[in-house]
Amino acid sequence: MSTVTTAPAPAKTSAAPAHPPGHEPVHNYLLEPGPGPDVKGFARVWPTVKAWATTVDHKRIGVMYLFTVSVFFAIAGCAALLVRAELMNPDMDFLTADEYNRMFTLHGVMMVFLFIVPSIPASLGNFALPIMLGAKDVAFPKLNLMSYYIFLAGASLAVYAILSGGIDTGWTFYTPYSDTTNTAVLPMTMAVFVAGFASILTGINFIVTIHKMRAPGLTWNRLPLFIWALYAVSIVQVLATPVIGITMVLLAMERLVGIGIFDPALGGDPVLFQHFFWFYSHPAVYIMILPAFGVISELMGTFSRQRVFGYRAIALSSVAIAMLGFLVWGHHMFVSGQSPLSSIVFSVITFLIGVPSGIKILNWVATMYKGSVWLTAAMLYSLAFIFLFTIGGLTGIMVGALAVDIHLHDTYFVVAHFHYVMMGGTVFAMIGALFYWWPKMFGRMMSETWGRISAGVTFFGFNMTFFTQFILGSQGMPRRYFTYLPEYHDLHQVSTVGSWFLGLGLLMVLFNMIWSLFKGKPAPGNPWGAATLEWTHTTSPPDHHNFHRTPLVTHGPYDYDVLFSGDGYGGDGAGTPAPVPNPEVGGPQEMGKSVDLGLSQPKPKHD
Amino acid sequence: MAVHPAPITFDDPHGGHGHGDGAGHPPHLKHYFVSSEQQFDASKLGMWLFLVTEILLFGGMFVAYGIYRSMYPELFTEASTQLDTVMGAVNTAVLLLSSLTVAWSIRAIQLGNKKLCFWLLVATVALAGMFMVVKYFEYTHKFDLGIFPGEEMVYAEGTTFTLPGLGEENFGPAVDEHAAEGDDHHYVPGDHGLTNQRAGLFFSIYYMMTGIHGLHVLIGMIAIGILAVKTWRGKYSAEWYTPIENVGLYWHVVDVIWIFLFPLMYLI
Repeated sequence: MSTVTTAPAPAKTSAAPAHPPGHEPVHNYLLEPGPGPDVKGFARVWPTVKAWATTVDHKRIGVMYLFTVSVFFAIAGCAALLVRAELMNPDMDFLTADEYNRMFTLHGVMMVFLFIVPSIPASLGNFALPIMLGAKDVAFPKLNLMSYYIFLAGASLAVYAILSGGIDTGWTFYTPYSDTTNTAVLPMTMAVFVAGFASILTGINFIVTIHKMRAPGLTWNRLPLFIWALYAVSIVQVLATPVIGITMVLLAMERLVGIGIFDPALGGDPVLFQHFFWFYSHPAVYIMILPAFGVISELMGTFSRQRVFGYRAIALSSVAIAMLGFLVWGHHMFVSGQSPLSSIVFSVITFLIGVPSGIKILNWVATMYKGSVWLTAAMLYSLAFIFLFTIGGLTGIMVGALAVDIHLHDTYFVVAHFHYVMMGGTVFAMIGALFYWWPKMFGRMMSETWGRISAGVTFFGFNMTFFTQFILGSQGMPRRYFTYLPEYHDLHQVSTVGSWFLGLGLLMVLFNMIWSLFKGKPAPGNPWGAATLEWTHTTSPPDHHNFHRTPLVTHGPYDYDVLFSGDGYGGDGAGTPAPVPNPEVGGPQEMGKSVDLGLSQPKPKHD
Repeated sequence: MAVHPAPITFDDPHGGHGHGDGAGHPPHLKHYFVSSEQQFDASKLGMWLFLVTEILLFGGMFVAYGIYRSMYPELFTEASTQLDTVMGAVNTAVLLLSSLTVAWSIRAIQLGNKKLCFWLLVATVALAGMFMVVKYFEYTHKFDLGIFPGEEMVYAEGTTFTLPGLGEENFGPAVDEHAAEGDDHHYVPGDHGLTNQRAGLFFSIYYMMTGIHGLHVLIGMIAIGILAVKTWRGKYSAEWYTPIENVGLYWHVVDVIWIFLFPLMYLI
């Protein structure tokens, strides 16, 4: 048996509280002891650069990932705006057909492999996961840093592929066209292969950390739902990514030495490539959306001031989606000539995915019922998520139905469907998560007012852009065409104008972040009154090692009443109050201090 | 779950907040782990997960093998006669033996016998090297015969093709280049007796699977070589041998993959 000692509350004196050496409140993971005033120029910057480039701190790696994926999101987003602008009119305005092909491929490949796949897990997951578990770091910190550099290497290859002419295959690289096109398929497939390694390493790190490094008392049934979601995601990453790796190697060898495995001229089968590709890429859409589910669960609990309804159902439905997600890849191939029987089976399993997804949505809505819903910017984004993801999910069921899919296959309907899920789902959830965790990451509050306005603008722009595409698709507008028939003109114009609103909304988020870093109000330890460890037991921003003392977890992640009234369970069965976190490092006590954030939510009662 | 040898306080395994003082915990224990036990469990779980990804990596190629075997059974029957069963069997024996030596080396270090562990690791590297040498002879022999993957496959002169992808350029050169150079070999490219027009497909799969497996053997040789050097320098002991255990696991997986490759390619 291990003995667990809780932190004795230090006696409060009138003097400044004693801090362990090197852990004064100003000391956190973002700050390094700076050089003296006599050091000038490059030598002033170099130690900081070096410290960040060689860091094994999961928080810094998370921040570096956040910055990197944001850059790729911006580039790929600009490509999307260009694609939309070209589609304003059916003529070739400023992109030739060939350039158009390369532009949408750039958008697709970058968004999928360099932004969405690593987006929430590698940035926010890396930052929050060990703290939420009460651990000092992930299980393999060096591997974590390595995964970041591998990701950078893969991204460099992708950038090289784009600079050396780009590729025009679409993000799906279908053979035999990808065998024969003269564009830079080889570096791009290698980019996907290398970036896949980064994904695998992150997945392994998370699974091991969740299994082995939870704080005492943090049982599986007390894990925050974000952790459950990341766990499910990591399983998918570990199991699916190697398959895309070998597929890309085979495709590269096909181009290099003509091995012919996907080449019908040599007896190979191009449909096999589609099977291999979707065996990864369908589970990959769950890599993209499951972390968003986790984020929404956190936000719903915190901002409804209420225990998340159906905790276990939400947790296990994440795992169910991860498992079922491996059995539905054939629904991308209904018109590829696969056997009708397998099409029917894939279609049925696709419908089944709707069950755990529906469970989640109903539980989130039920969480808000009779809660005190606090409409912060983060909450507005998660409400937008629920709205948009429901549309995206239901249209997914529609295109999963065989007969309907024959009509809608490769039309704008499919484009609109996955943008509702990926953009309206994952990106909205990620922005919500950024509003939520930003104070913890950087110690500054973002502007709530502008956050709420941006939520409105993005929501409006998003629907204007993509809802029109549902209509376009149902009328037969095929995807990936640079031109179209005159009857589609009006809706295309609406969609393009919508994309400008969407871009404007996202720019507002970006400026809000940058503004907050310089002018934002300093964040208290727990500005939202959340009950998970990263809020209750660390400062904003957290210390280098997250915690001075490993926390002892005695309640669930959403037991707000227990946490803030102190009438709960001390874990010893004697009815003693729940252990009070160390006041030096923030926590509920800090909420009593009058930090006026201009937020309207009444402060929770505490003693 | 093993019982912790001594009571552990979760507060701080370092004693105070000191780092680098080395007091209170063994040098191999990273500061973010509570105990050696936890660190060992974590490393091993991580290694198992990595091995799962290896299985899936090869899984894709095994699927390709299965599909094409069921599509063209006569191709696989004919083309596999080109593979030397004796050499394959020797390699199987060599790899099995190397699995024994690596497992034994883990046992040796668990018992604290660093010298034995070192020599067993060296033996493992030597056996892996032997495997690669045999593989080298197998490959070069096929290259001499003009057996290349996919469209590079060289057929005997006069073979007629109906598949659209195989054009004139695939006909073997009429001149025996090796003979002209006075080489000992007297193989003529294309002189392998294969007439199946899809033979290139079989050898694509063969070269990809055995090639990537060979790459894993090479990586394993490097890893085990590094372990051997570190063992010689006394880095590992009965208290801490996690890297040897993990690389050993990796080596067994490389072995197991070959156990499947050998019958699929050479025997059936």
